[in-house]
Amino acid sequence: MSFVFYILAALTVAGGLAAMLLKNTVHCALALTVAFAGQALLFLNLDAQFAGFAQILVYIGAVAILVVFAILLTRGSETPRDGVFSGTWLVGLVIAAGVFAVLGWAVIQSIPVLPHETAVPAVTVLQIGNALVSRYVLPLEIVAVLLTAAMIGAVIVAMHEKEGQK
Amino acid sequence: MIETLDQIFVLLRHWLVSYLPAAWQPLVGVLLSVAAIVCLFPALFALTTVFERKGLARIQNRLGPNRVGPFGLLQPIADGIKSLTKEDIVPLSADAAVHFLAPVLLVVAVFMGFAVLPMGRNMVLVDMDAGLLFYFAMSASTELSVFMAGWSSRNKYSLLGAMRAVAQMISYEVPLLLSSVVVVMMTGSLSLTKIVAAQSGFTWGLPHWFIFTPWGCAGFVMYAIATTAETNRSPFDLPEGESELVAGYHTEYSGFKFALFFLGEYLAMFSISGLGTTLFLGGWSAPFSFLTWVPSWIWFFSKLMLSIFVFIWMRGTLPRLRQDQLMNFAWKFVLPMCLLNMMVAALWRFMGDGWLRWVICSAILIGAYAAMGWGEMRRGRIGPRSYRYAE
Repeated sequence: MSFVFYILAALTVAGGLAAMLLKNTVHCALALTVAFAGQALLFLNLDAQFAGFAQILVYIGAVAILVVFAILLTRGSETPRDGVFSGTWLVGLVIAAGVFAVLGWAVIQSIPVLPHETAVPAVTVLQIGNALVSRYVLPLEIVAVLLTAAMIGAVIVAMHEKEGQK
Repeated sequence: MIETLDQIFVLLRHWLVSYLPAAWQPLVGVLLSVAAIVCLFPALFALTTVFERKGLARIQNRLGPNRVGPFGLLQPIADGIKSLTKEDIVPLSADAAVHFLAPVLLVVAVFMGFAVLPMGRNMVLVDMDAGLLFYFAMSASTELSVFMAGWSSRNKYSLLGAMRAVAQMISYEVPLLLSSVVVVMMTGSLSLTKIVAAQSGFTWGLPHWFIFTPWGCAGFVMYAIATTAETNRSPFDLPEGESELVAGYHTEYSGFKFALFFLGEYLAMFSISGLGTTLFLGGWSAPFSFLTWVPSWIWFFSKLMLSIFVFIWMRGTLPRLRQDQLMNFAWKFVLPMCLLNMMVAALWRFMGDGWLRWVICSAILIGAYAAMGWGEMRRGRIGPRSYRYAE
């Protein structure tokens, strides 16, 4: 655990907390982006170049934009008068704590099972790319088909119904 | 002598660093390179503004700036002093923190892209294994700062301009990535130095640049269209269409913050032209085998400035597109042609050496473009401009 790790962890956690606590919805989305950036930097800190850059490309470049578009196109960015806390925050807290406990338990349990690595495993982007188009080509294709189907579905939902107008 | 001139900046850095204790050398070396990039490209930006205004003036039969210095060459200095001394106005209802952060983040993200561009032999700041991926990750994160600028201004023109800009950048990012992917398919590497190395070498005195292959030529045209849209340049400059939106997302910016947006826009143009040069135009390699004695960095920057000239030329020539035309063009023409180009590239890869693949790949691409143009012409969709509202 280096000094850099603590800075990045603090940045990520602060971003996540701000995303939860800020009043203005667009500020929350921007704070969430800070958390995404912190995660990407954590990946890079672990020498996982592909994961880090993909995180920036997908989460900051696309998901954050999608979030702000969704906010602006639905309710507007004005803060509601009666506070931003949902009525069922206790249930949400319990579910979040449950998910966190399961994940934490799984991580702690996996430590003795995994072989103890002495050297840092060096996985280059080249190896990931080769693995994706050779051994894991079938899952990749299935994901591609799934995403295409989702995109066609979105286009159909958004399309004008010209027959109905006539 | 020629070798020294080619490597002059690398040698200069070594010489400067050698006076320091060994422990400091790597850090100071990197800092020197960063300082060189951070000084060079804004200087190039200053020159380009004069070049652009002069060039546009020539196209429009005017004189252009000619009062400050010889031939108006000192105009950028005057402009810089003006923007530094102007009052920095933040609208009363604006979101002050986001309003301040937007231009800063834009310029930082744009500068990051230069880190992986090979600007000459051995002249790359970080020779990353995933250089191309890094570049696209950085260019994708500029979109958010454009949104931040438009939203935080609390101005309808700013917000509309920002939404247009973000929608346009997202739409054209897809063809940008897909047209670059063919190069990765051919070289089998995301490292930009390896992509340049794959284009070195000559046949009959002509270089092995990717633009001189059927898939490379088609890919380069698509890449050029996507970059023009990605940098919000004319004819895709709807986000800042002056006649409709005042100035788009930077309407409410003044003084130095406006200058930062202006700088960011031009730096994005430089870096994306540099990437296009690296991917399709052979990076820093010479265009003829008898010209290899010219230093490599001269070739890189000549190609870069040539791309900038084409950008300016297009701005002076083409009228602005409408929003629906922009989106139709991206999704119904550029994207299918990029996908076709990927298939042609795969075919090229698996047909092996020989003249047959040249014939077949060229025939498929020319056939597709010709059939498309002919079909549109038959259906009467290409013809004199029709006006929907202004008849």
